[in-house]
Amino acid sequence: MEKLLKIKEVTKAFGGLKAVSKYNLELGKGEIRGIIGPNGAGKTTVFNLITGVYQPDSGQIHLDGENITGLQPDTIARKGIARTFQNIRLFGEMTVWDNVKMAFHARTGYNFWGALLHSASFKKEEKRIGKESLEFLDYLGLAERRNELAKNLPYGEQRRLEIARALATKPKILLLDEPAAGMNPKEVEDLIGLIQKIHNDFPLSILLIDHQMPVVTELCHIIQVINFGQLIAEGTPSQVINNPLVLQAYLGEEEAIA
Amino acid sequence: MLEKAIIGKKSISAGSLKWIRLNAFFLISAAFVQMLGNIGFINQYYIHILTVMGMNIILVASLNLLNGYLGEFALGHAGFMGIGAYSGALIAIYLGLPFFPRLFFSLAGAAIVSGVVAYIIGLITFKTVGDYLAVITLGFNMIIVNIIQNIDFVGGPRGLVGIPKSTNFFIVAVCLSFTYTVLRNLVYSNYGRLWISIRENLIASELMGVNIIRMKNLAFTIAASFAGLAGSLWAQYQQFINPKSFDYTKTTEILVMLYLGGTGSLSGSILGVVVYTITMEILRNLLEFNPRLVELRMVISPMILIVIMLTRQFGLMGKREWKWIQPEKEGN
Repeated sequence: MEKLLKIKEVTKAFGGLKAVSKYNLELGKGEIRGIIGPNGAGKTTVFNLITGVYQPDSGQIHLDGENITGLQPDTIARKGIARTFQNIRLFGEMTVWDNVKMAFHARTGYNFWGALLHSASFKKEEKRIGKESLEFLDYLGLAERRNELAKNLPYGEQRRLEIARALATKPKILLLDEPAAGMNPKEVEDLIGLIQKIHNDFPLSILLIDHQMPVVTELCHIIQVINFGQLIAEGTPSQVINNPLVLQAYLGEEEAIA
Repeated sequence: MLEKAIIGKKSISAGSLKWIRLNAFFLISAAFVQMLGNIGFINQYYIHILTVMGMNIILVASLNLLNGYLGEFALGHAGFMGIGAYSGALIAIYLGLPFFPRLFFSLAGAAIVSGVVAYIIGLITFKTVGDYLAVITLGFNMIIVNIIQNIDFVGGPRGLVGIPKSTNFFIVAVCLSFTYTVLRNLVYSNYGRLWISIRENLIASELMGVNIIRMKNLAFTIAASFAGLAGSLWAQYQQFINPKSFDYTKTTEILVMLYLGGTGSLSGSILGVVVYTITMEILRNLLEFNPRLVELRMVISPMILIVIMLTRQFGLMGKREWKWIQPEKEGN
């Protein structure tokens, strides 16, 4: 079966530093896969390469059989890749509701002239967008907050709003960049449940970055470990955890030997 | 009934009806004021102040689209006003049309010419990332003034005379109502959400699939078109234009009014212009006893800007909006 996302031998260097080197990934339909690695290992660079923020120096990226290497980030996003950010990037001065409504921009159902005249079809479609975006908010437990400004939400709800906004674009692939960053164990547990629920309810594949082991090991069937931009291990959670290279990367050389 | 005549048989929602009623009321009052002015019941001086306010509101509200909603910093609005003023004036003088077609074509033509120029500048500018728009538009403003000063055909630095008078307070009010309908409808639609999202977080907006260059250039073109419209109104109101009146001092004046009222608020643009104009006129009357002191106003105007920036960062309205400007929310 054709894989949904295929990354072949992708390399990206910043000056002399190879942030990602000869990186490979194959993500199937409906799969959850995790990428872990210590800080600065090149995890977010991988996301930035997939979403087109960076152009790879060499290698190719295919989405659903189509070569998307070198395309602009907005084009790639419209092809069905949505992401969240390690440092939350919401539209702070917009309401929670508008943050999600905005995600419908590629399928508003009205054109410029409809918007200019506030025509009957404009009103109908805006009503639909309002209703559908509210469903996404409700799904993530934010419906009550819909008229507040996004910047006024507490941290955990901001993370959920980012996920709601990404889901509202109806993506084929959802990229989650350290969704558990800055959360306490209880919140992490809730998040794991939430991601599992999203995976069951939506027809999408999830690619997840985290450096916290529990999030990745509980959610993903297959995990990749990268360090210094290189893929050092790939396999099931138990295989990966017992891999000496991984232990070395996480715990340091001496402890691994001892 | 007027509303029925405009709407025809199409069904229309309560929200739109309210806006149409409001505009109809505004235009009827404007016509009434104009008539009272014509028969001498209202002092021409007041009519003049109202007319200038109307044109300035068009300028400020359109710049608000760029500096307020889109979050870019454009410094060349008077340049686009100048392009509109000259192209509108040339259409009015040389096409030899009767009154209404002349007025229509000189206004529409001016808006189109300014819009096309802005579109081309935008194509080049928005490819770059960062604060280049401020530098490029400021430079553009100076270049336009210099070009006009060196074209003898339009009078060079002496200015262009003999423009037929086709604009009065009522015509300005009609254009103002048109401007606000367009701006409000766009701001409260998908386009407005995208512009604000670009202001709030460009990277997130791009990664949500928004074509940033296209959306920025759309706002830039629309803003410049309305500046051109205001310029054409101005030319046909004053019957005389000279390049000096479109240099960066005019841009600064527009900016002061915009930031006084508050960026990102269409109500703020109205409030800013009204408060600024009234303040300036009161100062003029207070300082009239000595002609040299009248020029002090030009010192006070930038000082107002500094005080606003220090005390009320978001202007008088602070991103809030009067109720009557907002359309009813769909799907609430």
